[in-house]
Amino acid sequence: MIKKVRPHPSQNEPLLYELSSPGKKGYQLPDLDVPTIDAAEALGAGNTRITIDDFPEVSEVDVIRHFTRLSTWNYAIDLGLYPLGSCTMKYNPRINEQAARVEGMAWIHPYQPDSLSQGAMQVISELERCLLQITGMDAITLQPAAGAHGEFTGILMIHAALAAKGNPRKKILIPDSAHGTNPATAHMAGYAVENIPSNARGMVDVEALTRAVNEDVAGMMVTNPNTLGVFEENISQVADILHAKGALLYMDGANMNALAGLSRPGDFGVDVMHLNLHKTFSTPHGGGGPGSGPVAVKQHLEPYLPIPRLARVNDQWTWNYDRPQSVGRVRAFYGNFGVLVRALAYIMAHGGDGLPRATFDALLNANYIRKLLEPYYDMPYNEPSMHECVFSDARQSKLGIDTMTIAKRLIDYGFHPYTVAFPLIVKGALMIEPTETESKRELDLFADAMISIAKEIEETPDLVKTAPHTTRTARVDEVTAARKPIVRWKRG
Amino acid sequence: MLDTIGLSKIEDLVAHLPAAVRFKSQLAIQPGRSEYDILDYFKARGAENAVGGGNGYSCFLGAGVYNHYRPVLVDTIVSRSEFLTSYTPYQAEISQGTLTAIFEFQSMICQLTGMDVANASMYDASTAVPEAAMMAIRATGRSNILTARSVHPEYREVLQTYTQHQGIPLAEFGYDAETGQLDIAALKSSITKDTAAVIIQTPNFFGIVEDVKQAVAIAHEHGALLVVVFSEAVSLGLLEPPRDADIVAGELQSFALPPSYGGPFAGVIACKEKLIRQIPGRLAGETKDANGNRAFCLTLATREQHIRREKATSNICTNQALIALMATVFLSVYGKEGLRELAVQNLSKAHYLADKLKPRFSGPFFNEFVAQADAKSVADINRALETKKIIGGLALEKFYPELKNTMLLCCTEMTRKTQMDQVAEVFA
Amino acid sequence: MYPDSYRYTKEHEWVHVENGIGTIGITDHAQHELGDIVYVEVPKVGTHVEQGKTFAVVESVKAASEIFAPVSGEVIESNDALTATPELLNSDAHSAGWIAKIKLSVPEEIDRLLSPTDYQAYLGEG
Repeated sequence: MIKKVRPHPSQNEPLLYELSSPGKKGYQLPDLDVPTIDAAEALGAGNTRITIDDFPEVSEVDVIRHFTRLSTWNYAIDLGLYPLGSCTMKYNPRINEQAARVEGMAWIHPYQPDSLSQGAMQVISELERCLLQITGMDAITLQPAAGAHGEFTGILMIHAALAAKGNPRKKILIPDSAHGTNPATAHMAGYAVENIPSNARGMVDVEALTRAVNEDVAGMMVTNPNTLGVFEENISQVADILHAKGALLYMDGANMNALAGLSRPGDFGVDVMHLNLHKTFSTPHGGGGPGSGPVAVKQHLEPYLPIPRLARVNDQWTWNYDRPQSVGRVRAFYGNFGVLVRALAYIMAHGGDGLPRATFDALLNANYIRKLLEPYYDMPYNEPSMHECVFSDARQSKLGIDTMTIAKRLIDYGFHPYTVAFPLIVKGALMIEPTETESKRELDLFADAMISIAKEIEETPDLVKTAPHTTRTARVDEVTAARKPIVRWKRG
Repeated sequence: MLDTIGLSKIEDLVAHLPAAVRFKSQLAIQPGRSEYDILDYFKARGAENAVGGGNGYSCFLGAGVYNHYRPVLVDTIVSRSEFLTSYTPYQAEISQGTLTAIFEFQSMICQLTGMDVANASMYDASTAVPEAAMMAIRATGRSNILTARSVHPEYREVLQTYTQHQGIPLAEFGYDAETGQLDIAALKSSITKDTAAVIIQTPNFFGIVEDVKQAVAIAHEHGALLVVVFSEAVSLGLLEPPRDADIVAGELQSFALPPSYGGPFAGVIACKEKLIRQIPGRLAGETKDANGNRAFCLTLATREQHIRREKATSNICTNQALIALMATVFLSVYGKEGLRELAVQNLSKAHYLADKLKPRFSGPFFNEFVAQADAKSVADINRALETKKIIGGLALEKFYPELKNTMLLCCTEMTRKTQMDQVAEVFA
Repeated sequence: MYPDSYRYTKEHEWVHVENGIGTIGITDHAQHELGDIVYVEVPKVGTHVEQGKTFAVVESVKAASEIFAPVSGEVIESNDALTATPELLNSDAHSAGWIAKIKLSVPEEIDRLLSPTDYQAYLGEG
């Protein structure tokens, strides 16, 4: 029985282009207090556009109705649980939004003199300090714009550190359970990728690793807990094996929501890691970004951090560009400052006492869900789960129904699907991460839904195969979208 | 809940962790604070900055980050729960709002830039530039990149960082000392048969509008692609777009956000149809659902990291979706006529001030120009302006040692005549 | 289903040799496993391919699969029809969905490939 939702009509809405009509206006600029310049004269007729052909012209009411209607077609955290594994879809506190919109945080230009930007620099410094506390690392950059960007920065630093010793080496080891950004990043940094298999318990195969580590290996990229939601119990040993051969350990911090306040990567041998502020630190996903991917390092990698670095000189903050061993800039200016403000507001709200409590709640929620669903879904690795758990569709696929199909039916129950078919080492994976945000009530509704679907698969499979039934659109034809891509509106 | 799991206390959830990895002490972070304390903290930090816009300082800085009015509807709409707190639209049936808006965004960018395809955003222009370079390398099979020195210095730095280990030789060519535009002779002598792309910016870092057609001809003659970069998106309301370029990479901050101390912004890459499979980042495509109704979904995902892994077009995963949505709302509010009027205001303000000063370059400019200081040093000028609560232009010497005692000044629709008069006074 | 005159690989490619030219494609089993094909990256004419190495990529909506060359040689023709109509790989994997024609450089390689019977036995085991 579907308990969380009931059908409700949603407004239709065309594209802006289909609402457009010549002469409609949604704006009013102040009067010009200087003479109007003739564009063609000032710029040259060849440089001036006559008009923007077919660009929409709509009224203010058109705009607000259009986007409001569109918004109602989306699911969102504010509507309920997103059980997406490794995405950490926790509540996005609105105080963060207020903090980021404080005029003194928003209307400051990155090229303002340092003396006129002390408040912004203090915020950056404070966030750096808090994140170092949480990670147990020694130095940090807040420049990267997202996790993948942070990974790239981190691998560049590994390259630089090894090159400084005479040999940057050739390859990066990556577990076969890794997120796709890991190998993509290693490749961008000029390294070849070698896969390390997971053992029978779903963790890094230490024997395979020992055989694979040699003087050609620059480092290993590890996620801990791994993408099965399992803590790599041999992580310190993994670090030792790498370090013994002069290689470095990179940690993908996507799963920090399992560790914050309870375990610090700096304490188990990590040399360099990134954080995802839009995961662990609650900054909103906004339909796909922005995020922020700070990179924290041990002292021996500090010289290679991107420029500029925040420095304190004569009791003032200043940006220091004199860093000869830096890997360079990874983006213009200093970082996604607006996202940094939100992350700091989050840390301040929880405080040093609240952060570990939130982490425990995340672990509790994930284990609770696991216990409720284990009788119905196959659990391929019987290891303790941290903040997420991964099932497989083994039982259901015997009846002809795979993880994607189950996910589509879950939509009818009022939930966003879990992560489908990842990690790749589990055939037909269902990866579930509830986060600490969810109450028992929401979790029970979710478990009910999943259990109900498991029963439907046995009793009324067609209902599941043809899902979703109650969404605005039926299943979307992704095949034609890929065969004949239409990626912009055209007249006619 | 612990009962259901079969544990007696919450700490049991981590009992299996090796003792050595357990953090047993306290984080040196203050205990949790109330909303009021948090807001006070940020207001206090805010008061320690010179704040532009509205009743604060007036700011004549541009250089890649611009002060523009933001229609009230921008924040109203992006603050809606379903836009702010939703995830990447991988599940199309429950993300049609986001996907439709992305499709509209892509369409508008194509119209503004004269390209056929636009992606759903990159982190910013500075990282979009190396991504565009790598596209050109994949598409042409060549390895060298030739960049104009008049492209934003920090974008060029990022290009250097990105390409350092990929066997991509970088070269630069200069600008005409008189006009501030591309040094065409230098371009011709620097381009080779190994050049995959020529990268130029318009308006360039000096605010000067480039003759794109000439650059296109030279690039294409040599079998190279032309990448055109923009940092002041408002210029697209008035300037003829680079229709013959192959790739356009740009910054959307002007359409979305206040300066925000440098981020988060949103970049975009747009290109000709033939390069669609090389473009990085997400793409929303139009299709139908099982009932024949129009629907949108992410498409051509096999370019991306989660599928191609080490063979992906980029490692990008998270993009700047909410910022791109802000830009979409901004563009909807202003529309075809509004963007032009906005651009004309910018042009008029900057030209008013430039007439009172000594522009260093003679080339056509939009809303930024390089002013030469004579009587005083730019440092002295900026100090004097600060006392009048004016943040002066960017001293260029640190980026361009040959441009001694010059500053890059930007005027937008927010700049007031009285403020510009004060700047002119101090210069004199 | 699996033509007698073709030879097969364990990676689910087929090759049909005539006068030193091998036409290559993927088997019906492979197209079924991949699902709806949305794009095929065919090799450029003139490329040299090596047995066992990637020479083409076939994309479905959710995956990109490398196709390994069953034989070594020079690409003398690519099936451009696949660019406009990738569905051919699904409907006619063994005929109209051919990917490339190779001028064999090591004809003996054919002898090590699977016969239709052996390939079908291999499928049966899997």
